[in-house]
Amino acid sequence: MEAVHEHGHDHHPSGLMRWVTTTNHKDIGTLYLWFSLIMFFFAGSLALGIRAELFQPGLQFLQPHTFNQLTTMHGLIMVFGAIMPAFVGFANWQVPLMIGAPDMALPRMNNWSFWLLPVAAILLIVSFFVPGGAAAGGWTMYPPLFIQGGISGDMTILAVHILGISSIMGSINIITTIMNMRAPGMTYMKMPLFVWTWFITAYLLVAVMPVLAGAVTMLLTDRHFDTHFFNAAGGGDPVMFQHIFWFFGHPEVYIMILPAFGIVSTIIPTFARKPLFGYASMVYATASIAILSFIVWAHHMYSVGMPTAAQLFFMYATMLIAVPTGVKVFNWLATMWQGAMTFETPMLFAVGFVALFTIGGFTGVVLAIVPVDIQLQDTYYVVAHFHYVLVSGSLFALFAGAYYWLPKWTGHMYNEAMGKWHFWLSVIGFNITFFPQHFLGLAGMPRRIPDYALQFADFNMISSVGGFIFGTTQLLFLIVVIKCIRGGASAGNKPWEGADTLEWTIPSPAPYHTFATPPVVK
Amino acid sequence: MTTEKSSTKYMVAKLLLLAVVMLAFTYAMVPIYKAACDAGWIDATRDNSANPYANVNANVDTSNTQVDKSRWITVEFVANTNAKMPWNFAAQQSSIRIHPGEMTNVVYDVVNTTDRETEGVAVPSYGPALAVEYFKKVECFCFTKQKLGPHESRGMPVVFVVTPDLPKDVNTITLSYTFFEVKS
Repeated sequence: MEAVHEHGHDHHPSGLMRWVTTTNHKDIGTLYLWFSLIMFFFAGSLALGIRAELFQPGLQFLQPHTFNQLTTMHGLIMVFGAIMPAFVGFANWQVPLMIGAPDMALPRMNNWSFWLLPVAAILLIVSFFVPGGAAAGGWTMYPPLFIQGGISGDMTILAVHILGISSIMGSINIITTIMNMRAPGMTYMKMPLFVWTWFITAYLLVAVMPVLAGAVTMLLTDRHFDTHFFNAAGGGDPVMFQHIFWFFGHPEVYIMILPAFGIVSTIIPTFARKPLFGYASMVYATASIAILSFIVWAHHMYSVGMPTAAQLFFMYATMLIAVPTGVKVFNWLATMWQGAMTFETPMLFAVGFVALFTIGGFTGVVLAIVPVDIQLQDTYYVVAHFHYVLVSGSLFALFAGAYYWLPKWTGHMYNEAMGKWHFWLSVIGFNITFFPQHFLGLAGMPRRIPDYALQFADFNMISSVGGFIFGTTQLLFLIVVIKCIRGGASAGNKPWEGADTLEWTIPSPAPYHTFATPPVVK
Repeated sequence: MTTEKSSTKYMVAKLLLLAVVMLAFTYAMVPIYKAACDAGWIDATRDNSANPYANVNANVDTSNTQVDKSRWITVEFVANTNAKMPWNFAAQQSSIRIHPGEMTNVVYDVVNTTDRETEGVAVPSYGPALAVEYFKKVECFCFTKQKLGPHESRGMPVVFVVTPDLPKDVNTITLSYTFFEVKS
């Protein structure tokens, strides 16, 4: 810290008020990351409840209604409370640092968009304790079941509204920062890929979060204000909710994976010590995926009874997405090809991401095929598919990014041995949990059930064992992070030999104010 | 700095407008969805007989690739009641021309002419008798007890397919139902 003199004119409050009133992008990034880590552990423990119940057939620990609450809230909180805020946390920390900006464009709004999150989280968690328990109709909130639920349905709707407002404000902030505050010389096609992917993701968020807000508002007015958007008896149509929800939902899937692509595209060149292969094609592929995400929504609902022509359209459009995604996977492989690679923890998670995310991508292509999907709809095959893209995809990229930037954020190196243990136990636990679920789904086991037929017993037992390995392993990550904040070897400005983005030109830990004078990018 | 400030405001205004437009679009999806369903683009489950806007192409999924369009057969509908049965019983149409393999829906009307509740069972028969093997009924009121209150009337559907392997020399099939009263 000697190298950087604290600016004398800073008078920020200390203690709790520092965090409540902060407008500093690094503070807010830290808040987002801690919030999402806490939510990750909470929603993860709900998943362990699910796996405990499914360890054996029959009902051991949970009543079916409680079980349904766990699956619903696990999904809602992981998506809106853990994965999305974690990526926003990375954006807050890294976007200004990577484009050479002193802060986000709208620092006060930034503070507000974070502090809305705990309110929504409290609403969701408290809903477990109201009469009737938490929402239990699945994270997709399909009517008519959701409309018939108790007061927790209203709390969930309100929480989704708040989370949506937070996301829209955060995204407006990110877009404005990227458009207006790049350092001189940083043209669009020189931006690091993490910035590019977040730029596109932010546009997706501004475009589709209002759609989710509208959909849940319709649910709310159907519940309390005598509208009949989804009530067939009143001239509505429950299937329309699925169309609206997935019009939001499919872009949402890419909102959770595009920033992950950005993180991986930053880390792989660093540890392969080669520039990213096909930078421009990565940018165009990201944009193509984002645009295509608006015309594939009905592949989530092939079995509702669509004409063959519509099913074919959504099937071909969905398969088309495999093309830009394939471009990305091959670019990552080409970046690693003949590189001088080393495998520190960030690289391990990034390579694990490429391998396992691709499996999730392949099962996605399988599910895109209409006749196959009608067989597999709502089975464990689907559960396996989206956990391969969301856990070994989004979550692994988040871990990779955390290990990669922790030295910059804290000024200390993390414990490499513990990081490697974390990776290997995660990868093994993850595959033990979710690979057998492919077989369960192919054999016909439906998702969202607390009890199952006897022929599914063995694979469920394996899956539960894996789940507990994976779950407890994550405590290791918490320990690594706390140890890294408290001390460890000094990181220096640039702990990674192959890194070349702007954040590595400033000291570690990153000073409270950076790039007050914009750097010049050649 | 003023230019950056104002361009920030301009950006925020544009992005907020996008968010509001998308919210409005969500509500616009309600009429759009209805129109798309009426046009038969995304809803194959709609009963088109009740839908004046639907054209014949709309109901794509109920069409069947195994329809033998090369020949026609006539199905005649006969309705009888047993001599002691106080019901009026008649098919809404006396015959229909269809292709083998085509899913067909017809309705029989039945009226209880008495002042008391009556129960009846219908028994089908076919002419020629060999047609029974090729006449697949998906839905039928026969063999199950039907209960009609005093002067109650009811339309009873029969949904059937004549399988395409029907022998070539059969051009006409007669489906005949006879209602018997049963005492409960």
